[in-house]
Amino acid sequence: MNDKRFQKRTLFLIAYLVFAILPIYWMVNMSFKTNEEILSSFSLWPQHFTWDNYKTIFTDESWYSGYINSLIYVAINTVISLTVALPAAYAFSRYQFLGDKHVFFWLLTNRMTPPAVFLLPFFQLYTTVGLMDTHIAVALAHLLFNVPLAVWILEGFMSGIPREIDETAYIDGYSFPRFFLTIFLPLIKAGVGVAAFFCFMFSWVELLLARTLTSVNAKPIVATMTRTVSASGMDWATLAAAGVLTIVPGAIVIWFVRHYIAKGFAMGRV
Amino acid sequence: MSATTKPVNQKAWFLILPVLLCVAFSAIVPLMTVVNYSVQDIISPERRVFVGTEWFAAVMRDEELHAALWRQLTFSLAVLLVEIPLGILLALSMPAQGWKASAVLVLVALSLLIPWNVVGTIWQIYGRTDIGLLGAALQSMGIDYNYTGHASDAWVTVLVMDVWHWTPLVALLCYAGLRSIPDAYYQAARIDGASKLAVFRYIQLPKMRGVLMIAVLLRFMDSFMIYTIILLLCFILYNWMQRVGTTAKEGAGHE
Repeated sequence: MNDKRFQKRTLFLIAYLVFAILPIYWMVNMSFKTNEEILSSFSLWPQHFTWDNYKTIFTDESWYSGYINSLIYVAINTVISLTVALPAAYAFSRYQFLGDKHVFFWLLTNRMTPPAVFLLPFFQLYTTVGLMDTHIAVALAHLLFNVPLAVWILEGFMSGIPREIDETAYIDGYSFPRFFLTIFLPLIKAGVGVAAFFCFMFSWVELLLARTLTSVNAKPIVATMTRTVSASGMDWATLAAAGVLTIVPGAIVIWFVRHYIAKGFAMGRV
Repeated sequence: MSATTKPVNQKAWFLILPVLLCVAFSAIVPLMTVVNYSVQDIISPERRVFVGTEWFAAVMRDEELHAALWRQLTFSLAVLLVEIPLGILLALSMPAQGWKASAVLVLVALSLLIPWNVVGTIWQIYGRTDIGLLGAALQSMGIDYNYTGHASDAWVTVLVMDVWHWTPLVALLCYAGLRSIPDAYYQAARIDGASKLAVFRYIQLPKMRGVLMIAVLLRFMDSFMIYTIILLLCFILYNWMQRVGTTAKEGAGHE
């Protein structure tokens, strides 16, 4: 490796990371300040350090229930997405069948549709079947973009596993479910990790559908955060604290799948 | 989906049946509803008039919509022009292995995990000249920056915000593409005495073509469709809810 070249790359990387981290740092910084301090002065770190904003969120039920609701529907969504995507991805990667390429492409086009288009129909559909304001409703709505993505990622990973493994297992007398669960699934662990990460991410940050399909019982945190606009102006400090807390679950998920992302990417398509 | 030696097995349809059911429930039924609405004038839930393609004609002729579309198109192209090269560069400079690779991956991916409205809020404060880091820094460098005052400043701010939020996605996809290149390719290039540029042009770029295609599509679709259509749809939804007597719940009014 050429030394000068190497340094240039490292410098660029560091510069980008600073650019990426600064806004997040500013939010963390704000979350430890009081509202007066945020609006009155400019300081690089909190002058009057306070945990009050976090206390508000952890003690006020309307705040922390938002996190719980979000986590519930994201978890349901990720589980459903992976469960239905696994067999489908296997079918796409292993067999030819009538219209396979068309179906695959059609699935991908669903990922490309803006969710906003489906807002009104979803609202009507879920009202009709009585699913409004439940976690299931949001989880099902988010399947629209997560299932195609999961199928696509998993298909890439599965195609990287040689078919001889399947054939050997069948000759050894494994049934399909047993082969799939005990042999195949461990082989594509990395793919499942990556797919789970992307499902989690897209479901976690989606705001429009989540907010429209819920009102009280399943209100997600992203919707709760719009509450901070009150008569006295924006409650910036609490909002910043809530924002910091929205990153935490995601950061934990990345931490768990980081090896899969780094290594597993090599086999998969994403 | 490339190998032609895959056995033909129509029973594989059973394996994709769950996916079809799910997507049918969450995509086909709603899509049909949208198509159905687009050809009707809904005065109230009971009174609907079939108007055929009138709405489409109206949309096609709407001057305001055209202007908005053009603005959106310029924005989307700018987003792609900045994010794609930046994402490629970033992927090239990310360490390949070790704890540094994991740490950088986590740091880079952080901004992807922030919900949309939080991103907006952060940047709203961040860009303010009195209490925001970015605004204050630009001001102290002698640049007259004010995103609420100058339209062009606002445009650039939104662009930078989008770059900040979504470049990681491009970078992650490219990184995946780069990691799948076997070492043998690089060794062969070294023996041939290929320059860095040649390696990039003839080895890395072709290998990344697949993922880049997806990155471009995802980013273009997302940046182009989402904002325009959200605004339009919220407006339509709001009107519709008022017509049918449902109180427009919070969230229907703005993003």
